[in-house]
Amino acid sequence: MNFDFAAQSPKFMMLLWGLVAFAVVIGGLLVLLDAVPAFFARRREAQLVAASASGAPLPARTKPREGLFALFFLLPTVLLLLIGLVVPAIRTTLLSFMDGSSQNWVGLDNYRWMFAEDAIERVLLNTLIWVVLVPLVATTMGLLYSVLVDKARLEVVAKSLIFMPMAISFVGASIIWRFVYAYRGEDQEQIGLLNQIVVSLGGEPRQWLLDSPLNTLLLIVIMVWIQAGFAMVVLSAAIKAIPADIVEAARLDGVSPWQMFWQITLPSIRPALIVVVVTISIATLKVFDIVRTTTNGNYDTSVIANEMYNQAFRYGQNGQGSALAVFLFVLVIPIVIFQIRNLRRQRREG
Amino acid sequence: MTTTTPPATVGTQATEKRPTRAARVGKRLNSRIATLAAIVIAVVWTIPTFGLFVSSFRPEEQIKTTGWWNFFTDPQFTLANYQDVLFGQSASSGQLANYFINSLVITVPSVLFPIAFASLAAYALAWMNFRGRDWVYISIFALQIVPLQMALVPLLSFFSRGVSLGGITLLPAWNLDGAQNFAQVWFAHTCFALPFAVFLLHNFMSQLPRDLMEAARVDGATHPKIFRTIVLPLVAPALAALGIFQFLWVWNDLLVALIFAGGSDVTAPLTVRLAELAGTRGNEWQRLTAGAFVSIVVPLIVFLSLQRYFVRGLLAGSVKG
Repeated sequence: MNFDFAAQSPKFMMLLWGLVAFAVVIGGLLVLLDAVPAFFARRREAQLVAASASGAPLPARTKPREGLFALFFLLPTVLLLLIGLVVPAIRTTLLSFMDGSSQNWVGLDNYRWMFAEDAIERVLLNTLIWVVLVPLVATTMGLLYSVLVDKARLEVVAKSLIFMPMAISFVGASIIWRFVYAYRGEDQEQIGLLNQIVVSLGGEPRQWLLDSPLNTLLLIVIMVWIQAGFAMVVLSAAIKAIPADIVEAARLDGVSPWQMFWQITLPSIRPALIVVVVTISIATLKVFDIVRTTTNGNYDTSVIANEMYNQAFRYGQNGQGSALAVFLFVLVIPIVIFQIRNLRRQRREG
Repeated sequence: MTTTTPPATVGTQATEKRPTRAARVGKRLNSRIATLAAIVIAVVWTIPTFGLFVSSFRPEEQIKTTGWWNFFTDPQFTLANYQDVLFGQSASSGQLANYFINSLVITVPSVLFPIAFASLAAYALAWMNFRGRDWVYISIFALQIVPLQMALVPLLSFFSRGVSLGGITLLPAWNLDGAQNFAQVWFAHTCFALPFAVFLLHNFMSQLPRDLMEAARVDGATHPKIFRTIVLPLVAPALAALGIFQFLWVWNDLLVALIFAGGSDVTAPLTVRLAELAGTRGNEWQRLTAGAFVSIVVPLIVFLSLQRYFVRGLLAGSVKG
């Protein structure tokens, strides 16, 4: 084992600086928050003392200035959000109306390019396939599984197995599945599980990741594999929250498990179901890592998020990349409005 | 006429009994099918990871020529892949030990900063009265929808060129090099984490009993004091959940690291290096399998040991709203 620890020391120094900065910023903020009200309290006391000594009327009690305080509590967050999200989002919108080098205004050219170029149309179509299939299949799998293992023996273990992919990075997951899809020539022994299954059933091995549109579906499998665990956990909690007396009443009425599912379970977990579908849809729209690690967007598998990276950071086309990012934003807006309205309705009902 | 009564009752008894028996059989059958289906799904979900895990301990020529399932008939075990991928010196070998440390250095501050800032902000939004409070909260909540992709180009130019308006420099460029680039990654992760962190912590904090807060106020406690001594201990489970969330997100992130840490071996995390290995040496399975597990092992440990908190956080964030 030859590992140069000395070469790592600048990094640890940097980490140390980061931690010092953390302690100073947070500690400083808390001390400041303690000191400021103490200062005002002392000044008021002094005023009161002075007023009572001179016999002048006592100064009117000022309302506690919570707004000023709240500002301190909120300052770091609001500042960081402005620098890190708000201003960049506005700038990206502006950049999307400029050319690749961000020098000249080009109007709607980038958007026209987006819908005219065949390659980009393919990207938009792929994104559509992703955002329809992933939430649908992942939620269905999660729901099915949570119903199947509900109150079963070893429920916790069974759930952990499905939930585990959530902890694995998209890059790690992509490598795991590339191994499943691995291809060897017909005369060789297969090392990929999928091709081995195909061969042992008498078929010919295939280059799974090269054939469009099958390859897009196989990438979608990876995302479903990751997200089903999330759907399962949330839906399983919702199922457990269904009041026991409703279930018992239905059972006494002699309802079959099938009817129970469609008439009791499903309507009761509707809000959770919506949240799951919405959350997975948004995650799917932004998916980038899977496509980049498995095919790098080649063979007609690219999606908006990946193409945006290519345009802006590999081809130096900031305008076109920004237009794709804005388009992504536009796609997400209706989903989120839908969710906000749902949450508000739920609050009113609840 | 009375003789017809007994057969009738027998008949009803029989018809009553038969469905219950059928139902019982059907139920048992159902539950057996259900169990079987659950097992099939669990196996399908676990096998890909398991296959990769087994492979990472097989000798190189074995991985490349035979399927991993052959391990059970012809078990050959080696740690050479891990040795090579972690500490190998050649350019192709991965040198993951180095990137592992980068991941660690990136993750720790990127988890601490957003949690601290978000808990302060969430407290103000939940328990302090000021004008426009709801608007601030809704705006922060809504920022969750801004895709990272929208922030990348401008944020990168903010780091490299600073901010200038009409020729006047408002903020200078950061001019970072080498290990200093970590600061950019921390900054980016902190910004991107805040909307969700504020949202999650606000949910928890606003559910604390109002009486408790009012009693503390009557006793003359100031907001900072209430925040430190009452609220923070009470929302510790939420902080833990958020911490795990943010840890997994930062450790597993590729996009932010790719852009703000660059591809250099000084600052790039594991995910960047792994994606690179997968791209350029996509068939060096002995390195990819072992490498994938090096990157998976830390989040997996965190996840499995703290799963309970994580699930609680997930539910608070997604269901209660």
